[in-house]
Amino acid sequence: MSDRFVGKSVKRTEDPRLIQGLGHYVDDVKLADTLTVAFLRSMYAHARITSIDASEAAHAPGVVAVYTGKDVAQKVGPVPCASAGAIPGLRIPDYRVLATDHVVFVGQPVAVVVATDRYAARDAIDLIMVDYEELPAAVDLEAAAGTGPAIYEAYGDNIAYKLTAGEGDIDAALKGADHVITQRIVHQRLAPVAMEPRGVLARYLPGEQELTLWSSTQIPHLLRTQIALMLGMPENKLRVITPEVGGGFGSKLNVYAEEALLGWISMQLGKPVKWIETRRENMQATIHGRGQVGTLEVGYNNDGTLTGLRWNVLADMGAYMQLLTPAIPTLTGLMLSGCYKIPAIQINITGVFTNKVATDAYRGAGRPEATYVVERALDLVAAELGMDTVDVRRKNFPKPDEFPFKTATGLFYDSGNYEAALDKALGIADYKALREAQRQARDEGRLIGIGVSTYVEICALGPSQAMPAGGWESATVRIEPTGKVTVLTGASPHGQGQETSFAQIVADQLGVDLNDIAVIHGDTSIVQYGIGTFGSRATAVGGTAVYMAVEKLIEKARQIAAHMLGVDAASVAFNEGKFSKVAARAASAAASTEVPEPMLPAGQAPAGAIPEPEDDGKKVSIQDVALAAHLAREIPPGMEPGLSATHFFEPTNFTFPFGTHIAVVEVDRETGAIEFQRYVAVDDCGKVINPMLVDGQVHGGIVQSIGQALYEEVVYDDQGQLLTGTLMDYALPKAAMIPRMELDRTETPSPVNPMGVKGVGEAGTIGATPAIVNAVVDALAPLGVRHIDMPLKPEKIWQIVNQQS
Amino acid sequence: MKKAITLTVNGITQRHEVEPRLLLVHYLRDVLGLTGTHVGCETSICGACTVLLDGQSAKSCTVFAVQAEGCQVTTIEGMAVGGQLHPVQEGFWEKHGLQCGYCTPGMIMAAAQLLARHPDPADDEIRHGLEGNLCRCTGYQHIVDAVRYAAGKMKAASGD
Repeated sequence: MSDRFVGKSVKRTEDPRLIQGLGHYVDDVKLADTLTVAFLRSMYAHARITSIDASEAAHAPGVVAVYTGKDVAQKVGPVPCASAGAIPGLRIPDYRVLATDHVVFVGQPVAVVVATDRYAARDAIDLIMVDYEELPAAVDLEAAAGTGPAIYEAYGDNIAYKLTAGEGDIDAALKGADHVITQRIVHQRLAPVAMEPRGVLARYLPGEQELTLWSSTQIPHLLRTQIALMLGMPENKLRVITPEVGGGFGSKLNVYAEEALLGWISMQLGKPVKWIETRRENMQATIHGRGQVGTLEVGYNNDGTLTGLRWNVLADMGAYMQLLTPAIPTLTGLMLSGCYKIPAIQINITGVFTNKVATDAYRGAGRPEATYVVERALDLVAAELGMDTVDVRRKNFPKPDEFPFKTATGLFYDSGNYEAALDKALGIADYKALREAQRQARDEGRLIGIGVSTYVEICALGPSQAMPAGGWESATVRIEPTGKVTVLTGASPHGQGQETSFAQIVADQLGVDLNDIAVIHGDTSIVQYGIGTFGSRATAVGGTAVYMAVEKLIEKARQIAAHMLGVDAASVAFNEGKFSKVAARAASAAASTEVPEPMLPAGQAPAGAIPEPEDDGKKVSIQDVALAAHLAREIPPGMEPGLSATHFFEPTNFTFPFGTHIAVVEVDRETGAIEFQRYVAVDDCGKVINPMLVDGQVHGGIVQSIGQALYEEVVYDDQGQLLTGTLMDYALPKAAMIPRMELDRTETPSPVNPMGVKGVGEAGTIGATPAIVNAVVDALAPLGVRHIDMPLKPEKIWQIVNQQS
Repeated sequence: MKKAITLTVNGITQRHEVEPRLLLVHYLRDVLGLTGTHVGCETSICGACTVLLDGQSAKSCTVFAVQAEGCQVTTIEGMAVGGQLHPVQEGFWEKHGLQCGYCTPGMIMAAAQLLARHPDPADDEIRHGLEGNLCRCTGYQHIVDAVRYAAGKMKAASGD
């Protein structure tokens, strides 16, 4: 394997089409005679539907059809939840693609209009008359968990499930500690807000009985399986295509009512139908993230050693279950050890129904919640003991030789060197100088804060044993007769740049030019079954599948090359795209080391293992071999023609990237506004394929963390009306709100896959949030502040400063 | 009911009869098939639909097509000339100024107009100049770098 591309900041092959406006997102796919679908959605958080009169709408200009819940209730199955059976006692309400008699959140689909254009469809929506009988709404999470009215009468209360997890004797650990801190902590609801809203184009061909769904999704194959089940149609007659996808962040890791319904409508009408979500619909009816309120208890001794940690949490499910809704808080439970040795850990989850849209995976998906709880705990402990926050962290780190590190949450962290990342970040930030500057600033009455977060996350989801629908990933690599390389990946990138980074891997393995490789994804009729892109898994699992498929392909090519060279395959080496005969002594080494052992650190072949080709002038290129494989006249007798290999990679463990983030902020006493002075991040995501893309992932994640820490919050009023229904009301970070981030890396390879990669998609949203909040709390520490709940809006900070000073 | 409009889009004169309420962005996308201009919020907050209207950046989701009567409209498809990328496009490619690419056309149009007004902007001016455009992927840092790259490139080309 050469090193021409891997590890280099290669410009993206995706970009030329995207910077010229020539990419095709769902709404850019135009089919003749396509009808537009618009949704009538519930305006009440909780109500009975007493009647629906759609007759006027049905006769409006341009309207082709109107459907209500009664039309589809017996035709389209319920929206699926993957946690069925995985969580004991889990209640999964029967949630249909259109409401029939009971609406449970604002934005729930009630009826659809199909019309000749979007304006006609929207006009007709206003002509549908729905009579509602309003019911009391369960909005506040803690109240909903109590004695308030149940959303579903049959359940009697709003408890979706209760789950306890963790190891060690937590009661003894807390009791035996020198001190215990208890702190209530809120994770506000967030809206993922992919810039491209959701969208579906469905085309049913009655003759072929084939349905094609173009959908803005992260999981084309899983979607296909689930939609086939919902529609009761053969899976092999359903094709899902994900064209360009304009961001997901977990919000498109789902199976939505609209996706199934559009398919069903196209089957009724025999015409293509398209629905493009408006931003208001996106805020109302695309899943939200986070939404946990809990109580932290952390036990610690006088020297700063942690003894135990408990997180009793109410998790806001929303009104029904989407694909992974109840699973998200269980991920929080897994990561409650952070990057520390904590002998006893317990999470007690109460999943609670509320009259809001369902929560589900939003970038980080349960892990930011865990990291935030743990990193706030460390700062609370440091503040109580009067210790430097960095010293408390060091005190509890496992050392590099303690890996794989077993946590009291049942995980084995694959590899790590937490002090190295911490030291590097402290060095870049010049931590000592920062603390000195802080002292001086405090003397002048200024509120400067330094926040540190040392995080670990769980990536490369994951071994199939731990996943609801397979944790492997697939790849097919083939070399066409002309020598061009086609890669089919089951991952489904939507901005991460894997068309480039996977091509980098393949180009180095095969010794071909980057531009001779096409990476194809997101079409279930072209690509073998795959799992998709989420959980920072695409490179560590999907990239490894590509790597392994190429290794298989090279072995077949070697056989053919040996035949062409007239030598034994064991005497053939492959370097930089050429097969050649090697000296006999080195030949056996060549054959045995071509597939690296999984434990081999990334990119390092054992010294002397790659033999020098014997310079007898006899070489055949991989392209020569590809042509020979297809002509099939010059291949070993009995060998299958063609040059293609498929690999389904099953990881043996998750990977555990980590790092240190440091935020330096100043709080304006007059306005309560928070200004960043520095932001330093040192992340370790294992072996890096493309540093530029990794930086981009970290930047984006940190800024979503800044959003959560300072600005973003989904707000419903006490009637369950969504007050943050537009981007005017829901405050996304803008360019001028963001500091220039100073990034660096350490590189600790993962032993879980042969390239040593770990994953980086969610690191920023996991590591950064606590660093920012810790910094603001540190700034306000002279006022006696120990904790503030997010988002740290100026009015909240101003009130704290002005009440306490 | 329909009104006749004549306007120039990417240098080509267009004449159509449109409903008065047809949004410019829908005219560009649905009538002309120029789908590079995206819709992100329909409320002129996100800037994904930004085009140049007589050289000024405008959010085409809140302009009626009839209001563009007689105007010169430039969309992302009109930025590269003769196969040569505009320096801002080049900057976004060189500096990894995009990930999912959805906000990118609007971001590029806004940046191009920013540079037309301020050929040599400081980071802070770039950040404020792009406040009308939201990106959820990049965290903006590489976008700022892309705009600076373009500024340098345009300065060199103008021989300053």
